Amino acid sequence: MQAADVKLESVGKRYGDQWIVRHVDLHIQRGEFFTFLGPSGCGKTTLLRMIAGFVQPDEGSVRLDGQAVNQVPPWQREVGLVFQNYALWPHLSVFENVAFGLRERKVARDEIVRRVGAVLEQVELTGTEARRPSQLSGGQQQRVALARTLVIQPRVLLLDEPLSNLDAKLRVEMRLELLKLQRDLGLTTIYVTHDQEEALALSTTIAVIEGGQVIQQGTPREIYEQPANDFVAAFIGQSNLIAATVEQAQGQSVVVGIDSADGAAKFALTLPSASATPSVGTAVFLCIRPEVIEISDRGAPSEQVNRLPANVIASAYQGAFVEYEVATLGTTFKARVANPKGKELFQRNDAVMLSFAATDAVLIARRR
Amino acid sequence: MAIASARAAPRIAARIDWWQGSLMALLLVLLIAFILYPVLRVLSISLTDDENNLTLLHFLNFFRRPLFREALWNTLSSGFLVVLFSAILALPMAYILARYEFRGKLLLQTAATLPLVIPPFVGAVALQLILGRSGMVNLVLMDWFDFSIPFMEGLTGVVLVQTLHFFPFILLNTVVSLANVDSSLEEAAQNLGCHGIRLFRRVTLPLMLPGFIAGSLLTFIRAIDDLGTPLMLNYKNLLAPQAYLRITTIGMDDVDGYVVCVVLVMLSLAALLAARKYLSLAEYATAQRAAPVAGKLQGINLAIVWCVIAMILGVSLLPHIGIIILSFSKIWSFTLLPTTYTLSNYHEILFRVPHFVVNTLIYTLLAAALDIVLGAAIAFLLLRSRVPGRNFLDAVATMPLAIPGVVLAVGYLRVFHGWDFPGVGAPLTSSWLILVIAYTSRRLPYTVRACYAALQQVHVSLEESAQNLGANRWRTFMRITLPMIGGGLIAGGLIAFITSCVELASTIMLVPRIELGPISYGIYLYMQSPLGRGAGAALGVVAILLVSAGTYLTHRIFGGRAGSAFRI
Repeated sequence: MQAADVKLESVGKRYGDQWIVRHVDLHIQRGEFFTFLGPSGCGKTTLLRMIAGFVQPDEGSVRLDGQAVNQVPPWQREVGLVFQNYALWPHLSVFENVAFGLRERKVARDEIVRRVGAVLEQVELTGTEARRPSQLSGGQQQRVALARTLVIQPRVLLLDEPLSNLDAKLRVEMRLELLKLQRDLGLTTIYVTHDQEEALALSTTIAVIEGGQVIQQGTPREIYEQPANDFVAAFIGQSNLIAATVEQAQGQSVVVGIDSADGAAKFALTLPSASATPSVGTAVFLCIRPEVIEISDRGAPSEQVNRLPANVIASAYQGAFVEYEVATLGTTFKARVANPKGKELFQRNDAVMLSFAATDAVLIARRR
Repeated sequence: MAIASARAAPRIAARIDWWQGSLMALLLVLLIAFILYPVLRVLSISLTDDENNLTLLHFLNFFRRPLFREALWNTLSSGFLVVLFSAILALPMAYILARYEFRGKLLLQTAATLPLVIPPFVGAVALQLILGRSGMVNLVLMDWFDFSIPFMEGLTGVVLVQTLHFFPFILLNTVVSLANVDSSLEEAAQNLGCHGIRLFRRVTLPLMLPGFIAGSLLTFIRAIDDLGTPLMLNYKNLLAPQAYLRITTIGMDDVDGYVVCVVLVMLSLAALLAARKYLSLAEYATAQRAAPVAGKLQGINLAIVWCVIAMILGVSLLPHIGIIILSFSKIWSFTLLPTTYTLSNYHEILFRVPHFVVNTLIYTLLAAALDIVLGAAIAFLLLRSRVPGRNFLDAVATMPLAIPGVVLAVGYLRVFHGWDFPGVGAPLTSSWLILVIAYTSRRLPYTVRACYAALQQVHVSLEESAQNLGANRWRTFMRITLPMIGGGLIAGGLIAFITSCVELASTIMLVPRIELGPISYGIYLYMQSPLGRGAGAALGVVAILLVSAGTYLTHRIFGGRAGSAFRI
């Protein structure tokens, strides 16, 4: 079946007086890998179930290929949903689990055998047809659930935290497999997760959801590099957020000032070319990702504009990189420095110089 | 756009709920008509005087009459004694069964369920023959030592028979409770330095106590509900026989009968509510992992356990042995064993008057089937719908646990007597249907529980994924839900079948004509005359076989969790 595009038009759902989601407008393009990313209880699963037809919106409408489907029952939507707990039927074999949807569509018997065989091959489960779900490993169960959905060639593939029940190593493997499969099949895919790493690795577009509302929508790079507010900045990846005030602004060049009981500092920034010039006096957050921060000896020369003396309070060697926590300006900064290879690592209480480039920090609006 | 679709949304919600709403309405009509209303009718009669005014006078009279005060006292004390003696029998067995591995464990487990397969009133007759005034034991005692022990006289006999029949309820409940104590809870205590008796007293006992207390309260309810045993032993001064005698001898208009009924319901209801409270307390201890098996029994301990097994097995098998011998005897009185043996008793009940057996099969299978359908529908509404009124439905469906058979029968006689029921062409009380309805109502709580437990195991996502792949509600039910809950439904039906087979209290009040009576009624009739006792015993053996078959099948389906079927 042809992949469809999905539109949510100011949908809302409430239980009692409590709105679980409200005023959500999203357009998921044909063939896109779209991720709903947010903490648990943010309403992302509700949105997914709305598209599958298990939740009736109290406001707004859901459109598949432009057609409103609010009135269409789940079994007529042709929208494949892979459940978080897989929901494999324990009383049916792997073959019968996968064949279920085809039988509902009255597909001829030999056609069923052919298509189930093909999809099981696709997910590398050939040979497990006769087994019961309970005889499979977690990863295999996950792939049966995927095969069961793919075999009916849905217009949209919905994935509800499909990797959350797998162990860490398997999760990364399955992530790559899923990515290949989705790109090969050109399926419109909507993926629900609270794992920002997964979201960044898989998605063409991410919608960050909090409190039942879309906070920011964009490509993984946009979301990571230009977070819309401090919530997004803190939720996606690690970041150092420091309250600051705009002191000078001219075009893309801005100077922000930080005042604290332990001292003051000024930083010069160069904003991305697309962003508007903030007005002087605006209270903002300065967002510096740990990996753009350099840590060096106090005396060492550096070409970075923004420098700040600091003291190391913790260091954690992680192989590929070293994580430091340094204290300055009455707060702590996290820094992630590439393995210095052979050079000494900084230790607790070392006096160091923290520095970053003018283009490496962004200003973000304060939420409240 | 937003306005148009906002208007569309409630319409589909209403369409989906429409049939759930009708199902709810239908179930409520049935349950109110056949459970709630008859009981409320009994209550209202006990509370009104001749001029239809509200009055408590009848209750005052109840407590003024020494006869009734004594009946109330006897009921309370015999119920308490049954629970006490059952607990003494059951507790050590429960601990040994739950915590030790030993040779002969299976035998002990089997022995523990044997008393359940013999209806208490049949057991009463059999025990008369063995322990009664002119039974085996006393004949021997008279012969050798010239004295006798009045095992079966008066209240002693009632307590003895009921204890032997009901102790498995406490046993099963306590074993389930013990098995549900999460082993990590005990391990945590051991880790902190607590072991042995202290571990039992500080951790294990408090955790199993709610299950034990709930089992005890259930036993109390069953004991005061039991009409057959006192009638068979000819001991009339308990509440249940008083209500029965009032209504059957003095008549339907005797207010005292209704008052006795209401007092009975109050007692059961109080016990039921308390049991529910304790069971809900028990839930926090539910096992994540299997409870530990403390160890193997060997040497002197094993010998002690075997003595206990032998004793319990021996005593609990007495009624079975007695009834089997009686069923093959021609004459058995004032002798140690029958003097002549015969097969004519079986000929009588299987070929000359086979209707008792046939009726039983028809009524109980029909009631079991109805219970499965109702139980499944109620469980569905409780677990899967958002229709208002679910709590009320749940409450009314659970109510029969606290309605003694006598009371329900009195309510039916009062409500359905004297007017032609639509579709029956006669009053419901002169049709055999009234028995099916009574059995269905009485056993409904068990099947609702079984269905509820079965449906609870089926995660909603299993049904949703079927719908997501194109199966509509009906196909989803047939292909996913039904295959997954089928075992639970059948087990629930079997429990209804087993217990209906031996239901006497409501039966003897509601049987319209002799030829419409089931086995329990036949036994009751035959046992009235010394000459008929052989045939009555043969019917008793048939009842035991039916119940055994049902119990065996239940165990096959429920497996080790059979005990949980007897909880609330």
